[in-house]
Amino acid sequence: MSDHPSTYEPKTGVEKWLDQRLPIVRLAYDSFVDYPTPRNLNYWWTFGGILSVCLMIQIVTGIILAMHYTAHIDLAFNSVERIMRDVNYGWLIRYVHANGASMFFFAVFVHMFRGLYYGSYKAPREVLWILGCLIFFLMIATAFMGYVLPWGQMSFHGAVVITNLIGSIPVIGGPILTWLQGGFAVDQATLNRFFSLHYLLPFVIAGVVILHIWALHVVGQNNPAGVDIKSKEDTVPFTPYATVKDGLGIIFFLILFSIFVFFMPNALGHADNYIPANPLVTPAHIVPEWYLLPFYAILRAIPDKFGGVIAMFGAIAVLFVLPWLDTSKVRSMRYRPVMRWFFVIFVVVCLGLGWCGAQLPDAPVVPGLPSFTLLDGEFNSYLWLTRALTLYYFAFFLLIMPWVGLKEDPLPVPASISEAILAEHAKKKGA
Amino acid sequence: MSEPATDHGGHGDPNRRDFIYIAAGAAAVGAVAMVIPPLVDQMNPAADTLALASTEFDLSKVQEGMQVVIKWRGKPLFVRYRTPKEIKEAQDVKLTDLKDPQADADRVKKGKEQYLILVGSCTHLGCVPTFGAGDYGGWFCPCHGSHYDTSGRIRKGPAPLNLAVPDFQFLSDTKVKIG
Repeated sequence: MSDHPSTYEPKTGVEKWLDQRLPIVRLAYDSFVDYPTPRNLNYWWTFGGILSVCLMIQIVTGIILAMHYTAHIDLAFNSVERIMRDVNYGWLIRYVHANGASMFFFAVFVHMFRGLYYGSYKAPREVLWILGCLIFFLMIATAFMGYVLPWGQMSFHGAVVITNLIGSIPVIGGPILTWLQGGFAVDQATLNRFFSLHYLLPFVIAGVVILHIWALHVVGQNNPAGVDIKSKEDTVPFTPYATVKDGLGIIFFLILFSIFVFFMPNALGHADNYIPANPLVTPAHIVPEWYLLPFYAILRAIPDKFGGVIAMFGAIAVLFVLPWLDTSKVRSMRYRPVMRWFFVIFVVVCLGLGWCGAQLPDAPVVPGLPSFTLLDGEFNSYLWLTRALTLYYFAFFLLIMPWVGLKEDPLPVPASISEAILAEHAKKKGA
Repeated sequence: MSEPATDHGGHGDPNRRDFIYIAAGAAAVGAVAMVIPPLVDQMNPAADTLALASTEFDLSKVQEGMQVVIKWRGKPLFVRYRTPKEIKEAQDVKLTDLKDPQADADRVKKGKEQYLILVGSCTHLGCVPTFGAGDYGGWFCPCHGSHYDTSGRIRKGPAPLNLAVPDFQFLSDTKVKIG
């Protein structure tokens, strides 16, 4: 909270000297030690801390990998194999980096669904939410360019398909595509600039993360009850309460991370990417990494090429305007009996889109079931399932959010955080 | 206005200080505008990349019914020696049946209909179509299921356009220059 007065008192002479010149210790103390934190935060709130750990892991392992990697179409693949076989602990660092991307996205999806459920995007947290969406978008760009760097078959043809999306823009698409690729195809120029940008963007993300935390500390954290902090009884100091809770979350998260790195490091990757890139042969089945599958599914659901691109980017763009699409005055879906069910369906739909994105569009959803042709495809195919899910994805934001917010009768919202906690305790005792 | 000439508060008529603000601002905007083109244009294909824009191919390497794939501008180029049956199939298609109507005669050189030269990049999202697969005897793109006929024209699937025919000319009966 911005009106929280600083309680930092420099004790040693050095601290006093520094505090008068650069109050950085004061800033850290006020932000992460004495910062008033809602006392009802649950474990879904630990993903913010988890995500900052993810970013640090990616930056540290990434800088190390860049010391051994060669951004050249003839050497890139072999330099990655050399990291895996010859560089001391290279296998570990690369597996941490590659699986770290997946872990990062897993955590960011949980973090975003949490924000969605508890209404963390609503006034006064709109800018905080938009900065988060910006980070998400930068993460997608960074992850995509990073995936191109090993210059395997999936890297190469993934880059071809995704850059060609830009080429679908009418009139100006072609020149922009050539400009982006630095040639007439994905080639040396493309690999070199992707490496440059893949190195740059994480630091841009780190910058936006600082703005994100700044915005968070101006408006204060949301909480499961979704009501504002009203008195000192509603809060606990960040340290030790939130630091210990975040720490426990981080430990469990790192256990999951380690299971992937040490026991199934390639489970989330694709075997075709261990074949060196060959511009003359496309792998039989092109799929992006799992975390981009829902967006890939939306792309393929639209029969028009440019329309598909618009829908895919629209699926991310709609998140930016979310604060103005939700008409409900109640933040937390705990007290929104109708909307919470639409939310549950939304989560299932997002998982479903991810599943569809990995399938061939023409494949039947239920094999053996009689089907008929609807417009341009079999009804019993992933094409139509994907279309139905895509429709719900957009309807959730553009129709359900504004409409349910106006029509729904919310449950009584507690007057304060402490009242919400006391009511919960009373309920537990009674039961 | 009745303000004295010594007033520099920015009210009323533009005075010398306003002129300095505007001139300094315009200079800064001009400087930024001049810096942008080089920074943007460096991303475009470099001179050596553009120099690779044409290639020559010896057609005696491709025999009837075959396809040879060569690399041109970093993309695959299909050089097909079509059988008379395939040529006839391509010519007999009604233009109204096509998504991107174009006669087979407009895609090959007169008198050398057997040689079909195509950019082997699916017009959907740039994957490389597979030769000899698909429902129309031509190519099939494995990425999103586009079918091309024996003239490389789009017949079914998400691709919007026919496989592109590059600019090419016959230098002799067996030599062709592409680009």
